[in-house]
Amino acid sequence: MTAPTKKPPVETQADLSAEIAKIEADSEGRNVRQPLLDYPPYRSSILRHPTKDPRHADPETIELWSPCFGHSDVDPLEADLTIAGSNEPIGERITVSGRVLDGEGRPVRNQLVEIWQSNSAGRYIHKHEQHPAPLDPNFTGVGRCLTDDEGRYRFQTIKPGPYPWGNHINAWRPAHIHFSLFGRAFTQRLITQMYFPSDPLFALDPIYQSITSQQARDALVATYDHDLSTPGYSMGYSWDIVLTGPSRTWTEPEEGDL
Amino acid sequence: MSTPAKNSQSPTPGQTIGPFFGYALPYEGDADLVPPGSPGSIRLHGWVYDGAGNPIPDALIEIWQTDAEGNVPQAEGSLHRDGWTFTGWGRAATDLNGHYTFSTVLPGASEKGKAPSAAPSFGVTVFARGLLDKLHTRIYLPEHAANAGDPLLVSLSEDERATLVATADATGLRFDIHLQGDRETTFLTYR
Ligand SMILES: [Fe+3]
Repeated sequence: MTAPTKKPPVETQADLSAEIAKIEADSEGRNVRQPLLDYPPYRSSILRHPTKDPRHADPETIELWSPCFGHSDVDPLEADLTIAGSNEPIGERITVSGRVLDGEGRPVRNQLVEIWQSNSAGRYIHKHEQHPAPLDPNFTGVGRCLTDDEGRYRFQTIKPGPYPWGNHINAWRPAHIHFSLFGRAFTQRLITQMYFPSDPLFALDPIYQSITSQQARDALVATYDHDLSTPGYSMGYSWDIVLTGPSRTWTEPEEGDL
Repeated sequence: MSTPAKNSQSPTPGQTIGPFFGYALPYEGDADLVPPGSPGSIRLHGWVYDGAGNPIPDALIEIWQTDAEGNVPQAEGSLHRDGWTFTGWGRAATDLNGHYTFSTVLPGASEKGKAPSAAPSFGVTVFARGLLDKLHTRIYLPEHAANAGDPLLVSLSEDERATLVATADATGLRFDIHLQGDRETTFLTYR
């Protein structure tokens, strides 16, 4: 198995930061809430963004529904990322919890949430990952759960570390957890990343900065939640997710519905 | 059909799937909506390309479809397939050659009797390293009579339409995805 050969980056962080600042200034006043797909500071996006605007389509019936997941799909233990090994993983234990809502603020119930993340040293269990930080035999960094009747998810894990990557010289990703979410309709499918408050790497990171609205960027940052912390055991972070896109007509759940 | 919300909340932005999803999102049987080779099954496969025409080895393709009769599946079990339950949803990561493969059935039309009637299609989401947010598209069936009246297909130019219609091959359907370039796939946003 051969990894793709990569040219070493020649751009420095200063070069990148200047590009980021220019795009930010050019987009001043435009409230673009989603990442720019054409965002050259993220070098891998250059050949991988569509050049044409997406076509507007009326959703088909199938697209107004979402795939259904249930208790035959997900074991409740999969929400605890700290029990994969015979010992506790190294790192700062955290609880991450929040609600998955649709654009009208209604809970997305019984829906699949998948997460993956680096270990506390910033290393993923991935064969192409070259970062020379240690693997943790007690941490895979993969979790799943179903949202409850209030749309709430909850994971027990450890805080991921920042990690270096090849975008430019001295590029580091802010610590993050990858989230994969399904809404009430296929149109609402979302994969995103949750960040931690006050990370000094935010200003330097082209993936985070590809969203040019500060308000929208803030929506990816979890809040430290003391009430979610378990005394003497773990720190709490809360993060809500809003999925939008057309879906079928909302029906209130009836008595006896799950 | 949904009605526009009055107090709509701002959507959470997407972010790239990144390079390291390969040990987290794929799972055994993810791409087999029906067992490969079972009666009525087809292979739906293709290659995913970047703007230089190079295959993308770190993309993730998901499909969501009606069953052969056009019903919307609402059965659980996509993550632990029992080989009998059709859940309508599947996930396929591209291999080192940028190739993805599903085993599934042809979708039936979900809006029979509506005129102009929508042609049957697979709903598709595309994720990749380097792609900062999901993309939506559809895969239509080749030579299907309903394609001529499909509201989306008729709104497109011939070249755009060609990017959304699969080609038949010996085992089913082939559908290539071009994120960029001369044959850039027509991607969708929903009203
Ligand atoms: Fe990551």
